[in-house]
Amino acid sequence: MSVTPAIQTKAAASGGKRKKSLIELLFEGRAFFALIAIIVVFSLMSPNYFTVSNFLIMASHVAIFGLLAIGMLLVILNGGIDLSVGSTLGLAGVVAGFLMQGVTLPQLGIILYPSVWVVVVLTCLLGAVVGAVNGVLIAYLRVPAFVATLGVLYVARGIALLMTNGLTYNNLGGRPELGNTGFDWLGFNRLAGVPIGVLVLFVFAIACHILLARTAFGRWLYSSGGNERAAELSGVPVKRVKITVYVLSGICAAVAGLVLSSQLTSAGPTAGTTYELTAIAAVVIGGAALTGGRGTVIGTMLGAFVIGFLSDGLVIIGVSAYWQTVFTGAVIVTAVLLNSVKYGRR
Amino acid sequence: MNAIPEAGPKSEVVLAARNVAKSYGSVHALKGVNFDIHRGQVTTLFGENGAGKSTLMKILSGVVKPTSGDIILDGESVVFASSSQARDRGISIIHQELSLAPNMNVRDNIFMGREIMTSTGVDFAEEERQTRLLMEELEEDIDPLTPVEDLRLGQQQIVEIARALSVNSRILIMDEPTSALSASEVEVLFKVIRDLTSRGVSIVYISHHLEEALQITHHAVVLRDGTMTAYAERKDIDLEWIVRHMVGDNFDLGSPPTGYDMGPVSLAIEGLTVPDPGGAGYSVVDGMSLSVRAGEIVCIYGLMGAGRTELLETVAGRLKATAGKVVLKGRDVTGQTIAQCIRDGLVLVPEDRQRDGLVQTMTVGRNLSLASLGAFTRGLFTSTSREAGLIDSAIRKVHIKTDGGAAPIGSLSGGNQQKVVIGKMLATDPDVILLDEPSRGIDIGAKAEVFKLLAERARQGLAVVYTTSEVGECLSIAHRIIVMRRGRISAEFGPDVTKEQIMAASGEAVHAH
Repeated sequence: MSVTPAIQTKAAASGGKRKKSLIELLFEGRAFFALIAIIVVFSLMSPNYFTVSNFLIMASHVAIFGLLAIGMLLVILNGGIDLSVGSTLGLAGVVAGFLMQGVTLPQLGIILYPSVWVVVVLTCLLGAVVGAVNGVLIAYLRVPAFVATLGVLYVARGIALLMTNGLTYNNLGGRPELGNTGFDWLGFNRLAGVPIGVLVLFVFAIACHILLARTAFGRWLYSSGGNERAAELSGVPVKRVKITVYVLSGICAAVAGLVLSSQLTSAGPTAGTTYELTAIAAVVIGGAALTGGRGTVIGTMLGAFVIGFLSDGLVIIGVSAYWQTVFTGAVIVTAVLLNSVKYGRR
Repeated sequence: MNAIPEAGPKSEVVLAARNVAKSYGSVHALKGVNFDIHRGQVTTLFGENGAGKSTLMKILSGVVKPTSGDIILDGESVVFASSSQARDRGISIIHQELSLAPNMNVRDNIFMGREIMTSTGVDFAEEERQTRLLMEELEEDIDPLTPVEDLRLGQQQIVEIARALSVNSRILIMDEPTSALSASEVEVLFKVIRDLTSRGVSIVYISHHLEEALQITHHAVVLRDGTMTAYAERKDIDLEWIVRHMVGDNFDLGSPPTGYDMGPVSLAIEGLTVPDPGGAGYSVVDGMSLSVRAGEIVCIYGLMGAGRTELLETVAGRLKATAGKVVLKGRDVTGQTIAQCIRDGLVLVPEDRQRDGLVQTMTVGRNLSLASLGAFTRGLFTSTSREAGLIDSAIRKVHIKTDGGAAPIGSLSGGNQQKVVIGKMLATDPDVILLDEPSRGIDIGAKAEVFKLLAERARQGLAVVYTTSEVGECLSIAHRIIVMRRGRISAEFGPDVTKEQIMAASGEAVHAH
């Protein structure tokens, strides 16, 4: 009496289906093919679409929610959600604007004008703090991620409005005599013709890809998102991982806030409203599972470009803004539909 | 013991399974079982964990469909598309885990999903009246408006039965109905069962408390490894008969490895006490002490709820003890995190591999390397080649049948998945390995392989502690057999003990309250 043969046949059977068919290949690369399709269709419809300058402009639009989407991907891989990124983006812009205007210290009777790099570092720190608040609420106080980050969404937005009294900081250029010029470098300058914001996006994407693919932290993240109990029993510090992803998401949002306010040379308290939804959409279109454990940076980037190139294309061919919303929604639902076909087959 | 229930002269078969088989992938849960249920009588299904009892009951009640075979109801072959279809034909099942909504009251639970409607909405008054009638019939003083969460477990069981009766069930399947009941509640339940049978309701009864089941049953059916090994009427059998057929002539699961000297004490547990995680106020592990030497294999046997899982999880750092110490190679490791314990060489293979053992979204290889990431991380980055080496050697050492580390974890059979969980922990090169029911849900061939593997590693100096709820598995590779009962050691045996002795010490055969 032995059952060994049964096991061997099983292994052999599963060995037979390792090769991917064409349909599976198309399915795996669906975000990529969608992007190609979008580019082809709009290029046929408008001569202005398929030009280098247009692609660079569209890419710098993508940079904003692409950065948010990278942070969101980390959170979604962990099986969570971060609704606060849009507000964090707005708050980061406002804080950067506030610092650029000079910080009055009444006790000393002086006004401090921090240089731009100090502003950048402080703003990123702010994003990390907002993320840490999310992380502690979720990991240690066991508030569901949806609720915790929804609360922080309101709080961060409220603080941004309070700081500016609802107004916008317009003068972010700095003054040479104060030594705090250069804030517009992020938004306006180009390296080898490529906007700095786009380069920042790519640097973040590559760093995040390496983090996920080649570090122990990446493995911790995939495992705790796939099965938190199993990960914990394998010695993965699941709580630390959870806090870290929200901190990283907060930092990504702060950087996006800096890039956006630099592009606009102004910082308004309502900047980034509903961007968290665009970021989630990009991650989902990129094939990540909202249940956690599945998803890649490349997919998320493709998702971000699909959304960006689609909405900018619709603007270029003159479709009304209302229709743009409808199209974007349809793309998101289609993507989720395909995801559930993929992950629901078992 | 009470009077032996007599099978009546006209014992008519109402529901029968003919040659029913069920496979999950390559695992054969049932291999062609024949099973009769007689009108107005109790049929008890005996068998160890994984023998296929629950699968058979799920098939009879329409919860799952058989791979092959027929269900015959009142002489005609039927196919149930769902459990509600089976319920419409008069077959109800009461699962081991009760399926009541605790936040709702008794009346609403009984009529859940089939509320009595009038043109203006739910007829609560009528529902309440019928609930009262049912409670009177069952002679239970439960108010229909009491929230279910305020009832004792035994009373909740009665509500489940009332619900089954309210749909005019003729056949009632009870899966371990007494496991959570006190002695007096068991008496009430048995009285209810006798009333029901006298009214012509047929009962299928599953229980681990053999003697208790013998009090109530008319027929006994024994399942083992998915096949029916014995059938008899109550008057022809005794306890010894059941145990013999349940456990069977052992498939050889190996013998304790010998021919080497055991090392010093690797793991010492001293007076460990763990409170109930649910906060019920009693201790699930109650002042346990145990020491295991390098190269020694210790088996912990106990029924469900004996505290085995909690003991192992506390030792491995998952639960916190309120008293006592865990000493690993002479060093106190009490209260360390799981990660620290793994680093120090103390690892746990959890009981439920789907819930606690595997990350289903990752490949076989990444599951195997998950607990030893540090071994192939240099500086910040993981080394792909070192990881591949580690995965290959793990696959070879624990004999996992897979087409490489890149295969999805779901493509493996249950036994091979279990080997992945064990291989993952062995890859950390531990000194002590704790395995909670390592044989759960895997077939006998894979079981033998797992035990052989553990025996080999013990020979190399690994201290092995495993738990089981199958007596046959105690008498395999273990040098020492500890029987746990209600959080304490109730007996300790050498490898030459008999199955009957172990079962007696666990409280299984002689169910005392």
